[in-house]
Amino acid sequence: METEFTPWASLAGGAMIGLAAVFLMAVAGRVMGATGILAGALLPADRDDGLWRWVMIAGMVTAPAFYLLGTGDWPEITVPVSTPMLLIGGFLVGLGVTFGGGCTSGHGVCGIARFSVRSIVATGVFMVACFATVYIVRHVVGG
Amino acid sequence: MRLILIFLIGALFGLGIVISGMGNPAKVVNFFDIAGTWDPSLIFVMGGALAVTLVGYRVAVPRARPLFDVNFHLPVAKQIDRRLVLGATTFGVGWGIAGFCPGGALPVLGAFDASVWLFTGALVAGILVARLGPGLLARRASA
Repeated sequence: METEFTPWASLAGGAMIGLAAVFLMAVAGRVMGATGILAGALLPADRDDGLWRWVMIAGMVTAPAFYLLGTGDWPEITVPVSTPMLLIGGFLVGLGVTFGGGCTSGHGVCGIARFSVRSIVATGVFMVACFATVYIVRHVVGG
Repeated sequence: MRLILIFLIGALFGLGIVISGMGNPAKVVNFFDIAGTWDPSLIFVMGGALAVTLVGYRVAVPRARPLFDVNFHLPVAKQIDRRLVLGATTFGVGWGIAGFCPGGALPVLGAFDASVWLFTGALVAGILVARLGPGLLARRASA
């Protein structure tokens, strides 16, 4: 299924993600990785450590409502895969980001911006693995 | 004040995810489908986020301390080992199968789409198994 190429919206959204990362560092001294924030909220080191992460997640979840207020529409969410794939993929993502120490936001944005070699390697590896997986799912198995 | 700012930063991150298209799996999977219905938009998301963070971190991090904490909490891990590579690979495979990454899914939980909640449930299960599983296995082995 085709999706519309949206360079300007994607660039603007990306810049907002970057701004959020910079503000979180300036305000709380924290790296803005979705994995670390979620994992630390589920299994916090102490009460305050869990609290700021839940507050951050609560802020994130308001975004679709703000989008609705601004545009009159809910954001488009089209899932091109089956429910079992959603569940298996989700479980693998959970395992992978825990052992890999981060995801697209933590390694791919914050880590690379800190010139962390570990994050550059992780980002290269998960991007290549994702390209290969989508190729196999869509053109080998599904082809 | 600190928590109010963190809430707003979460909302900014979430809006960035929603506007950029990272919360829409159809768009994400199409980015990885160069051989099929390719949508290059995600390059602009990563580019915008990285450009802002690269510059912003150079301004924010050299300061003595964050506004609302006594020091920065920067990741200290540097090692590039099998755990990192296997974890990142597993994450990439799961991302390719499901189409959501953690940062893409959390904000759109607020759009009340069942598939996002299913993915996030599986993601949380994966994180908990990866975090708690090895400890439980070790305890059983030693008992």
